Amino acid sequence: MINLLNIQELAVHFGGLCAVNSLNLRINSSEIVGLIGPNGAGKTTAFNVITGIIRPTKGKITFLGREITGKPAPVIARSGIARTFQNIRLYDDLSVIENVMVAAHSSVSYSFAEAILGFGRFTRDEARIRKRSQELLDLMGLGHLTREKANSLPYGSQRKLEIARALALEPKLVLLDEPVAGMNPTETSDFAKFIIKLRQDTSIGIGLIDHDMSFVMNVCDKIKVIDHGIEIAWGVPHEIRNNKKVIKAYLGEN
Amino acid sequence: MPDENPKRDKFLTFISLSFLLCFLWYADNHFSNYTLRILNNIAIFIILAVSYNLINGITGQFSLEPNAFLAVGAYTSAIFTLSPEEKLRSFIIEPMAWPLSEISLSFPASLVVAGVVTAFMALLMAIPVFRVRGDYLAIVTLGFGEVIQVVANNIVSVTNGPLGIKGLAPHTNIWWSWGICIFTVLCVVRLVNSSYGRAMKAVREDETAAMAMGINAFRIKTLAFTFSAFFEGVAGGLLAHLITTISPSLFTFLLTFNLLIIIVVGGLGSTTGAIISAVLITWGGEALRLVEEPISVLGFEYEGIPGMRMVLFSLILIFVMLFARSGLMGRNEFRWAILINWLKRRKTSEAKNQ
Repeated sequence: MINLLNIQELAVHFGGLCAVNSLNLRINSSEIVGLIGPNGAGKTTAFNVITGIIRPTKGKITFLGREITGKPAPVIARSGIARTFQNIRLYDDLSVIENVMVAAHSSVSYSFAEAILGFGRFTRDEARIRKRSQELLDLMGLGHLTREKANSLPYGSQRKLEIARALALEPKLVLLDEPVAGMNPTETSDFAKFIIKLRQDTSIGIGLIDHDMSFVMNVCDKIKVIDHGIEIAWGVPHEIRNNKKVIKAYLGEN
Repeated sequence: MPDENPKRDKFLTFISLSFLLCFLWYADNHFSNYTLRILNNIAIFIILAVSYNLINGITGQFSLEPNAFLAVGAYTSAIFTLSPEEKLRSFIIEPMAWPLSEISLSFPASLVVAGVVTAFMALLMAIPVFRVRGDYLAIVTLGFGEVIQVVANNIVSVTNGPLGIKGLAPHTNIWWSWGICIFTVLCVVRLVNSSYGRAMKAVREDETAAMAMGINAFRIKTLAFTFSAFFEGVAGGLLAHLITTISPSLFTFLLTFNLLIIIVVGGLGSTTGAIISAVLITWGGEALRLVEEPISVLGFEYEGIPGMRMVLFSLILIFVMLFARSGLMGRNEFRWAILINWLKRRKTSEAKNQ
């Protein structure tokens, strides 16, 4: 098990609002880490900072021992961190397979001149990307929908497509922002099995945010609870379940 | 869904291109100069529409550059094809600046230079503009279009000022214009169908999601903009040697506006749409001259109103916008498989009817 992500004393301020305050988090390979907390706790902000969409006010983020704090989003993505979004962000007008193939752009070795002339590495790379994308779609159970437009898929399939797209980046760490939101209990338990298997097969690290507590408790190895940007608990699922602070944050004091 | 078959598609494309060439050969030998002029115009507008669509429709960056880049391309290629003696003769206000006055290139070489110079200008604009998100590109390119006219009017020793450059050799013929047109379309189509094209579309659809998937949006946008600028520059060179006289007043914003209409009517983001629309609007603009001429129908005399064709033209555009809001093609592209499937379905339905 190697350490993938290491966040130290991360803080994000939006003007006077403190969205995240001194967050520490470690994610190792083959590990599923949950990040939970009530609405507005700063979970998505933390993901946005890790993936370079927002710059942190303070703190240090290292990935595979290299500092990535404040680096541009594409650089971070190429270094091996893929993600999905809370409010699904697919390329609506592109076909399902194109959506996945886009994420493989960083692995393309041909220049745009070769693309125009259509020889050299072009044919080989395109075939490789297409094959790999088809495999990922099959893995997510979307293999028969390759030519549909992304926005014509039902909600649950769009979530799966986002995950297929994230995996096409060949990441070492995947950050899933509410992956089972809007799924029914059967789909959720299927998905739980899927990510546990994914972790076993590929040894990638997974960070996930979700509000479905039974799902989170079921799949996560460790859980971090934050509230109002402040860390309130860290531990294995059964510790979190019985933590007084966590219960207070979720249910309030009586 | 129809099946793709690369070998068959390549073959069919080759056959239809040969038909086009046969038609052009026939046109070149039998058609009047007026018709040939329209054919040349169509080719140039296809080049412009297809490359303009690359940045506006496919990459989704609203830009208003064509008149400026056409001007840069036209002036560059004109300056390089004139011989030193001709330059001495036509630059009467001020003689031409030294190194330029002695250089003279062949027509194809001047087109390449025109494309490269225009692409370089685009690169200079792209670097500051694409660092930020938003509609800055539209503002910068609109401004550049105005600046380039002022510059062309005032650096007399390079552009001959308001007099413009006259007496260019009419190098542009059916073969040059259509040859470059086909080349441009093939290049753009290939680029769009590659990983770079997919990245451009991803940037259009959702820039944040594209960056989160490792796509350097800045580089992709710069590539699209520079690439389309190259072909717009070449089109400028073709235009200059078609009309043989260029002056600053030729490259007003109206030109950009026309092209914007073409790509919107064709369907923003569809190369096929851009081509169809460029043909229809360039040819239609000429065909509609009919309504400005006197006609007598069944004893009713109509004397023809100048400007009437623009009124009709606007009406057609309004109807397109009302009833086909995403343009003629939407974002769809022509594919052989679609045509073949359509033909097959028609055949079976005909058989059923009998």
